[in-house]
Amino acid sequence: MMKVLTANRLSDGIAVWLGANGQWLENIDNALIARHEAAADALDEAGKSAFNANVVVDIALIDVDEQDGEIYPIRLRERIRATGPTIRLDLGKQADFKPASAA
Amino acid sequence: MYRYDEFDHDFVNQRVGQYRDQVERRLSGELEEDAFKPLRLMNGVYLQLHAYMLRVAIPYGTLNSKQMRRLARIARDYDKGYGHFTTRQNIQYNWPALSDTPAILEELAEVEMHAIQTSGNCIRNVSADHFAGAAADEVADPRPYAEILRQWSSNHPEYSFLPRKFKIAVTGAERDRAAIQVHDIGLHLKRNEAGELGFAVYVGGGQGRTPIIAKKIRDFLPEADLLSYTTAIMRVYNLNGRRDNKYKARIKILVHETGEADFTAQVEAEWKKLRETSLKLPDADLASIASYFAPPELQDRAEGWARIATGKKSDAGFAAWVHQNVTPHRHPDYGVVTISLKPIGGIPGDASDAQMEVVADLAERYGHDEIRVSHEQNLVLPHVALADLEIVYRALLDANLATANAGLITDIIACPGLDYCALANARSIPVAQEISERFGSLQRQQEIGELKIKISGCINACGHHHVGHIGILGVEKKGAELYQITLGGSGDEQTSIGQIIGRGFEPDKVTDAIETIVDTYMGLRLNADETFIMAYRRTGPAPYKLALYGEASKAA
Repeated sequence: MMKVLTANRLSDGIAVWLGANGQWLENIDNALIARHEAAADALDEAGKSAFNANVVVDIALIDVDEQDGEIYPIRLRERIRATGPTIRLDLGKQADFKPASAA
Repeated sequence: MYRYDEFDHDFVNQRVGQYRDQVERRLSGELEEDAFKPLRLMNGVYLQLHAYMLRVAIPYGTLNSKQMRRLARIARDYDKGYGHFTTRQNIQYNWPALSDTPAILEELAEVEMHAIQTSGNCIRNVSADHFAGAAADEVADPRPYAEILRQWSSNHPEYSFLPRKFKIAVTGAERDRAAIQVHDIGLHLKRNEAGELGFAVYVGGGQGRTPIIAKKIRDFLPEADLLSYTTAIMRVYNLNGRRDNKYKARIKILVHETGEADFTAQVEAEWKKLRETSLKLPDADLASIASYFAPPELQDRAEGWARIATGKKSDAGFAAWVHQNVTPHRHPDYGVVTISLKPIGGIPGDASDAQMEVVADLAERYGHDEIRVSHEQNLVLPHVALADLEIVYRALLDANLATANAGLITDIIACPGLDYCALANARSIPVAQEISERFGSLQRQQEIGELKIKISGCINACGHHHVGHIGILGVEKKGAELYQITLGGSGDEQTSIGQIIGRGFEPDKVTDAIETIVDTYMGLRLNADETFIMAYRRTGPAPYKLALYGEASKAA
């Protein structure tokens, strides 16, 4: 099962995902995907060190799939974290990262 | 309403100062998360799915226009322009940055508000009848006693490490609008035969994963003994409540496992030791607190009767709103106005900053500066002259706050659910929205009559589904949302816990199921005066099971 690492940023609580460059991203799209156990363990370690460095809290490795080249979290909870409240499309990631064409 | 004295101001300001220092130390890395988390929770700051969440206490749901304006300003300046009024008569902000929370608490302290004891294993915000001090059927205003309990329990060292959270509700009328029988302690203020004030004391009610109706352990407790008796209950709980298992730690489990008689005997024995101590409330103190809640001086405004009669004739919308959302006041020339936060298809309990400002303005101009938050997630203007109703209605209409549905099927309670909440297993709000849309016709709602739907997105039951006439509980099954329906619950003076009617429904089938239940009720009720809950109590679940699941249900 593919996994990505997610957390909430300490200072503002915003949901973030760990990117390939080691940065915490506000958007799941470019999260680093662990495709095997060793990679997942490495993500886990990166999470612990970011937690210890007081950058993020509530770290979790979550199961994802890839659909049409996009990261698709398996659990609804994580899909909602990645997009925003389903009843307020003007809030959350779905609003923050709306393509210019859709604005 | 209660006003802070110098001590209160000092206490709250000191607490804000401590919290500011804690946040600074956390952000600088000096404090680790494990040490900080309990500190932020003690100040109402949770971490949810998308961001932090701040829960602000609104003591017994009472606030004034200045406070409401401040809540609006916080929504605007620190959040995303709205707040969510909850079943605990509080308000929650869904998007505050941790770094902003000390400033928010400072803003709250300026208007005598805070977020203390809105989380943790302590005595939470004491809730009360939202029509307190106004309702025609009230024996006495329960809020002075709620305020006494608030002061006594705030930062009380003996109750800062209880086995689990603890909720107290107080009502002052026979008609229970505060759901006291599903609280850890429920107090029913009443008069004895001698005309003295006191309480019927209920203990051990609650919802969550083990819903239990409270036991009445005393029929009449003199008002002076409020704190000594409550202390006795708390001591028995604090000593014997289970700390080994979070799910068995509430007082309801202790009362249940100990047995009502034994538990009562323990409380009474403890009380004997406490009754004649400094916990006895002196008359002067009772009077002093009560004076803060002195009713506003209401001038006779008899012209209102003719005015609303004319208004109702010329405007069916106004007539419907008066009929549904205005409740009798103890002064015949006044009404108690319920401001619905349940627009058709809207999000139950949400109000924008602009809407909060409108409510504040109306309270100030026409409502003796009083606002209430109901546990049904609506707002209330408790003292509005009938003569001013139409002008209030027009202003509410302009702000999309005049939905005439108080107590009807679209006046749905819903917790934030999986759209926001880290504990939720399923969404609540979209289920409420779809049901609201389906039954949006006012005429149809009025034909159906009183029907309370309550929706929770997990077993913790913040949406009070156990006491919904129709309750809906969202669960996660095989990775998908599924909704269990319960029927026959009620959170009033005839409290009952709803029973699961059968297997659950997928998200796209819930509204159909609700419609089937409603149609079944409409078909079997004796007449229009037999409400859903009355009819359900007469027939039991069988006709609903048959309608929902067909003949197969009979074998089940």
